[in-house]
Amino acid sequence: MQGKGRAVCIGEDIDTDLVIAGRYLRTKDHSVWVAHVFEDLDPSLASRMNGAVIVAGKNFGCGSSREQAAIAIRESGVVAVVAPSFARIFFRNAINVGLPLIECDIICTEGSPVTFDLTEGWVEAEKKKYPTRPLSAKMQEILTAGGLVNYRRTHE
Amino acid sequence: MGTLSERILGASAGEYVDRAVDRAYVHDGTGVLTLEAWKSMGAKRIQGAAHLHVFFDHIVPANNSTTATLQHELRAFACGSFFRFSDIGGGICHQLMSEGVVLPNEIIVGADSHSCTLGAFGAFATGIGATDMAAIWMTGETWFRVPESIGIHLSGAFTGAAEAKDLALTYVSRLGMDGTSYQSLEFIGKGAGVLPMDDRLTLCNLAVETGAKAGMFYADDITVQYLAAAGHTVQTQEPEPCRYIREIDFDLTDIVPVIAVPPRVDTVKTVPDLAGLPVDQVFVGTCTNGRYSDLARFARIVKGKKVAVRTIVVPASRAVLDTAIRTGVLMDLVEAGCTIGTPGCGPCLGAHMGVLGEGEVCLSTANRNFRNRMGVGGEIYLSSVATAAASALEGEITEPEVS
Repeated sequence: MQGKGRAVCIGEDIDTDLVIAGRYLRTKDHSVWVAHVFEDLDPSLASRMNGAVIVAGKNFGCGSSREQAAIAIRESGVVAVVAPSFARIFFRNAINVGLPLIECDIICTEGSPVTFDLTEGWVEAEKKKYPTRPLSAKMQEILTAGGLVNYRRTHE
Repeated sequence: MGTLSERILGASAGEYVDRAVDRAYVHDGTGVLTLEAWKSMGAKRIQGAAHLHVFFDHIVPANNSTTATLQHELRAFACGSFFRFSDIGGGICHQLMSEGVVLPNEIIVGADSHSCTLGAFGAFATGIGATDMAAIWMTGETWFRVPESIGIHLSGAFTGAAEAKDLALTYVSRLGMDGTSYQSLEFIGKGAGVLPMDDRLTLCNLAVETGAKAGMFYADDITVQYLAAAGHTVQTQEPEPCRYIREIDFDLTDIVPVIAVPPRVDTVKTVPDLAGLPVDQVFVGTCTNGRYSDLARFARIVKGKKVAVRTIVVPASRAVLDTAIRTGVLMDLVEAGCTIGTPGCGPCLGAHMGVLGEGEVCLSTANRNFRNRMGVGGEIYLSSVATAAASALEGEITEPEVS
């Protein structure tokens, strides 16, 4: 699985309350989450998500198990999230909704191009290629299927 | 041989396993998405509904017609599919699972990050998301990576006004918000063996605030007695030689009242360091500190006095409320000027009632103080029940007296 986008750089320990606030959860309308993604972190971020590779600090997605956080990011048009580490529930949620996560500590400037190949296991930014930690075999299968819903539809 | 996680999951740390779960639960917050995902999977039936629970605790009673409609759909589905269903007023999912449902050695998953609370019973309990849960509704099983474990040795006993919550915040500050990612905490040692179940639940509850997958106590005589009162006969779990990737010691005697300052749970100061800071609201409750022992401790401090700021007390379950009514604790709270909420999560997640205004400060017994969590521009300080009670009486952060 390959992809590319432009870097949107954010900090470390970004919790899922900051990805999508509790006040926006009571709906099934995904466009609400897309409209308010990262609102409490930086209200201007939502307009920069389409085609972005989010480059975050450690422990991205900590806190609540709310899957709306992963859905909001994916449906905003984010190509992938790169971070040195992810909180574990968010990690599962993201793969389950088909949002690629790349566990890697990379350095790049805002707006610079980021390319990656999850199958080969690398991410490249500012002419530097970094090896990435591979997903488990099961998670690769789920991600390749486009998420756990599709995986279950085709594996039963 | 092995850590408690390895023994319950039946494999060594680092291995990936597929396991049937003993119980799985959602609440009104995560259940709606779970139901959507389950429908999208094309599933025709529910696998083992007798072991699946749906609890309404996050926004109870419903705050508007959108929420009410979503809850209506989930309620109808849960009842129609023979789930174990707890409607508004029943209480918080983790609390209800702790009232004689979860047993030692079980594998428990909840669609809520604080499902790790139930490791207090010597169960492997962890939080997952909605789509993972939908697959469990469909198949009865899920995959796990068996976590490495950290041994947290407890010795001594609490002194002065310190309580389990102070230890919980202290260990979160020592380990950091991602200090134990993908790992499990095992609370062991003589100091662990004397803690009552309520303290164990509070300590396991905060495990996820260090990134942990689980927080666990070995089932011992205290566990056996607690579950016997709920009608269960269970065996103790004896520790076996095992490999911890890290070991940490806490002498309970050294624990003092502390507060986590916003916006991080791992940024902790002692109460005297913050004394005099004005608060606008005090909130007592949640899956961390909403049990009967918490309400009783709060009432003991405020009884016969008046709180100086608005104070919201939310029992963790109907049983907690019932006991508080029968013992007179509830009357003490009401006479002291506290506002009592419907058993449930209360204002913890800022979606419903008790929301903070711009610039307001809340002293809360909950487990998260993230930016804007209880309302845009509001700040959350996290403390023990005793610190919350002393502070409610003064309207500012106040060191609790030694009882």
